[in-house]
Amino acid sequence: MIPAAFDYEVAESADHAIALLAQHGDDAKLLAGGHSLIPMMRYRLATPSVLVDVGRLDGLRYIRTGNGTVSIGALTRHSELEHSAELAEACPMLASVAALVGDPAVRHRGTLGGTLAHADPASDLPAAVLALGGTIVAQGPGGSREVAAGDFFTGYFESVLADDEMITEVRVPAGTGGWNYQKFNRRAQDWAIVGVAVAGGGSGVSLVNMGSTPVRASGVEAAVAGGASAAEAAAVAADGLEPPEDLNADAEYRSHLARVLTERALNAAGVA
Amino acid sequence: MTITEDAPAGHVGSRRLRKEDPALLTGEAKFIDDLALTGAIWVGVVRSTEAHADIVGIDGSAALAIDGVNEVLSGDDLAPLWGEGALPCAWPVTPDMKNPTHLPVARGTAKYVGDAVAVVLADSRYAAADGAAAVVVDYEPLPAVVEIEDAVADGAPLVHPDLESNECYTWGLWGDNAAAVDAAFADAAHVVSERYLQQRLIPAPMEPRGCAAVPSPAGGELTLYSATQIPHILKVMTAVVLGIPENKLRVVAPSVGGGFGCKLNVYAEEILCSALAMQRGAPVRWTEGRSEGATSTIQGRGQVQHIELAADAGGKVQAVRVKLLADMGAYLQLVTPGVPLLGGFLYHGCYDIGLYLFECTAVFTNRTPTDAYRGAGRPEATYAIERAMDSLAVSVGVSPEEIRARNFIGADAFPYTSSAGLVFDSGDYQAVLDKAVALAGLESRRADQARRVAGGSSKRIGIGFSSYVEMCGLAPSRVLASLDYGAGGWEAATVRISPTCKVQVVTGSTPHGQGHETCWSMIVADKLGVDPDDVEVLHSDTAVSPTGLDTYGSRSLAVGGTAVYMATDKVIDKARAIAAHQLEASEEDLEFSGGTFRVRGTPEAEVPLAGVAFAAFTAHDLPDGMEPNLEAHVTYDPPNFTFPNGTHIAVVEVDTDTGNVDLIDYVAVDDCGVQINPLIVEGQVHGGILQGAAQALYEDAVYNSDGQLVSTNLADYLVPSAAEAPRFRLDSHATPSPTNPMGVKGVGEAGTIAAAPAVINAVVDALRDLGVTDVDMPASPQTVWKAIADAQGGAS
Ligand SMILES: Cc1cc2nc3c(=O)[nH]c(=O)nc-3n(C[C@H](O)[C@H](O)[C@H](O)COP(=O)(O)OP(=O)(O)OC[C@H]3O[C@@H](n4cnc5c(N)ncnc54)[C@H](O)[C@@H]3O)c2cc1C
Repeated sequence: MIPAAFDYEVAESADHAIALLAQHGDDAKLLAGGHSLIPMMRYRLATPSVLVDVGRLDGLRYIRTGNGTVSIGALTRHSELEHSAELAEACPMLASVAALVGDPAVRHRGTLGGTLAHADPASDLPAAVLALGGTIVAQGPGGSREVAAGDFFTGYFESVLADDEMITEVRVPAGTGGWNYQKFNRRAQDWAIVGVAVAGGGSGVSLVNMGSTPVRASGVEAAVAGGASAAEAAAVAADGLEPPEDLNADAEYRSHLARVLTERALNAAGVA
Repeated sequence: MTITEDAPAGHVGSRRLRKEDPALLTGEAKFIDDLALTGAIWVGVVRSTEAHADIVGIDGSAALAIDGVNEVLSGDDLAPLWGEGALPCAWPVTPDMKNPTHLPVARGTAKYVGDAVAVVLADSRYAAADGAAAVVVDYEPLPAVVEIEDAVADGAPLVHPDLESNECYTWGLWGDNAAAVDAAFADAAHVVSERYLQQRLIPAPMEPRGCAAVPSPAGGELTLYSATQIPHILKVMTAVVLGIPENKLRVVAPSVGGGFGCKLNVYAEEILCSALAMQRGAPVRWTEGRSEGATSTIQGRGQVQHIELAADAGGKVQAVRVKLLADMGAYLQLVTPGVPLLGGFLYHGCYDIGLYLFECTAVFTNRTPTDAYRGAGRPEATYAIERAMDSLAVSVGVSPEEIRARNFIGADAFPYTSSAGLVFDSGDYQAVLDKAVALAGLESRRADQARRVAGGSSKRIGIGFSSYVEMCGLAPSRVLASLDYGAGGWEAATVRISPTCKVQVVTGSTPHGQGHETCWSMIVADKLGVDPDDVEVLHSDTAVSPTGLDTYGSRSLAVGGTAVYMATDKVIDKARAIAAHQLEASEEDLEFSGGTFRVRGTPEAEVPLAGVAFAAFTAHDLPDGMEPNLEAHVTYDPPNFTFPNGTHIAVVEVDTDTGNVDLIDYVAVDDCGVQINPLIVEGQVHGGILQGAAQALYEDAVYNSDGQLVSTNLADYLVPSAAEAPRFRLDSHATPSPTNPMGVKGVGEAGTIAAAPAVINAVVDALRDLGVTDVDMPASPQTVWKAIADAQGGAS
């Protein structure tokens, strides 16, 4: 449980962080809340030789609404999403999903940018951003680009983010219509064994821990759009997926859970 | 039986806050890793990644290239340090028990994942970790025995080929009963025959293990600091294993963050650090990592249980027959072989069952050694009998409370000699059960349960009972002798009163979270009429408390606390003689209460204890021949075990769509005898229940077929937190134990012993109408969902 040796740099700004990343190449990693990276380093599953700490960039901790969009700074903590009155108004789903991440200590450290960049298919907020049809703003040496959440995740712990890019902002549409998030786990602080996010009254449905990335349940979305009942739509939730297997669940049970939870989420989101 | 007769203040029985807590909560308490030791050599242990393999080569060159890494040593390199010495097993349960030589660092062959195969010596903990990770070990894998039943299968690979079998021992309680038991089964109206699995559990105290050995080269002495429950036993064992004269060895347990039995041991790292420190003349230390500890510290449970009950038409059980297979792991640690025996006397539970047959075969596997884990043998026994009693209730067609009522040992039967040969001290099992039933609001629960079944609800209610009796207060030394245990079961205490009338208690019990300082202070304060805050309790350092047998098996209060009680009486006796001298009265005419000696009938003739204490100190005017100072020492060997008991009722809601089990209510009525501090008792019961519920619902040391532990961290090994805890509703029903003067029994393990069967009985009760008759532990959502699907005839 002791990480390998590393150097540590404090970034003064996003530009500075990106410059440090460029300088150290792929040996360097950004450190935000540290609640995914540090455990990986303690298990020596990650051995970056330089950590670039962006955790003090308070300028990237904000929640702003306007023009039908909610813009959230990448360093915004889960607990800030959870307790923001503005977010509760503009995108209650994101606030309540944030409240289900880990435990209070985790939520006070973990950041929205960090959880998206980490790209763990078992994480809650990436699936929520996906169901919401969000956008991720990434800044690199050459400037900023916007990536649709649907295009962002490429595999287990992998995304389109380049080694010298940093997420600076996340945007989701305001006023998301009927929504619900179902998280099934065994202990309060655990990741979801399976989770289901429903936004826009069933027009955006995504699944947690049902593949190598957060998965858009397009079959369910199509069924809902075609007027199917919640039960009918949920029946196809696991179709075509290859869910992971672990101590909590084999593929058969995960698929079953995905169907049960999807039906519950659709019902709660107002799909009859 | 009154403990407060001479104590109007009456601290005993009050919910006094723990005096230990301010230091623990502010970080003032020092744990092993807080010790600052200049110039210490840090040990990193290279552990086998194979369950069974020949060690072909160990290449330390990459490790040695790391800054701060100074040496890489193999088991062969280290062998001269311990010569013939091996890690001790103190409990050879049968004369022919097989006990493989257990070296602190393996030579030739690694026998389990986690087995130490080499060590790195470094300047810092960081360098030690880097070095250990960089050592390259070349293994030639051998076939491994992983599962218990596979160990005794024909043609099974041998864990220790030189022992020619994987069987460690077979031990039983059969007397000349066999024919009578067979007849009882032949005549039985109801026969229950069940097979249960006790999964392996990983103890997870807040503080992992660690040790530091500090030599004083000039004096030739060694101080071993260790996060241990047993500094006294560790001292004797280290002296024996390494040939260090006992007078040159001191063992200190600093603040210890829990143990649950896993720190009741003599571990490789303790011997290794001690031996290296003596050799190098420098401090040598090691601190365990959490994942490291999953395989380097003992695990608990690990049994396959077969239990059979023979009952008459009314459900009265005539005979119980039990066969166990118990997993020792690859080696025998301190009391590994004895753990099943501690349950072996209790498979008839709290029932009056005349015919008893118990047999345990212990086997070696290529896994981490097992050993005592909270309850040690008794949770297993209670699980088997309590689950089987529910099966019997179904077979007879009566409720779980009725089948228990028909079989309980009667309140008038005590002292009760059990068919397994124990003498139970006291109890009123039916009264305890009645209290629990009332507290649980059973009727309305059952009505709700029936409503949901009738309505076809996917949320089922289950109600599970567990009535238990356990033996604790380990233990009468002669009984331990009859079980071939390598030590006694007494405890020592010294009580001293200083010139200013402050009290020093030295105890041989070794707290590691229990609150001994608070309880011992309360006991002594009441007897002496002083404030508990004026009582200091010293422990856990063999230089301060040279005599003791430490803390495990719910023994501290019943044995160590009794020793303190008796030592206090002895001090009072001496003080009385001095007071009589001062008051020019005879001792018989003196009464002592509220800290003052008075001449009966002459109230103005009195002297406070403080006056006696000062007189004893100055020694200017003591009775002829009397030694100065107020001090007394007692070593107490209990005449019997104590037998706490109780009934727990768990209520679960099972989501049949997902298999999720919610523990929605939990009622526990315990008889732990007289309670010194109900606040501490409740804390023990809360934690104990959650630990038992953890076995029922969450925790599982999962090994794959290669013998790799899969659940190596606390994300995969599911220790529940407060968020998973049920609503605890507790009551008690004390029948004071006649075994000791305070009437105390013990409560350290009760909750854990009771909880697992209560929870699983509740899960099965919830699903019985769906055809489910058994659910393995842990009853994870997937396991429950599959059990329902199987009972319904295929996947849903
Ligand atoms: C006990 C525990 C329980 C948890 N439970 C849950 C749970 O239930 N659900 C859940 O979803 N998560 C859970 N988490 C994870 C938690 O939410 C993490 O905090 C989060 O996933 C990562 O955020 P972070 O800010 O801590 O990232 P870090 O750990 O600092 O970084 C993670 C990765 O992202 C990169 N990174 C960080 N910020 C940026 C950025 N702005 N741009 C580009 N790359 C970046 C880092 O370089 C690193 O590779 C849990 C964590 C713990 C320790």
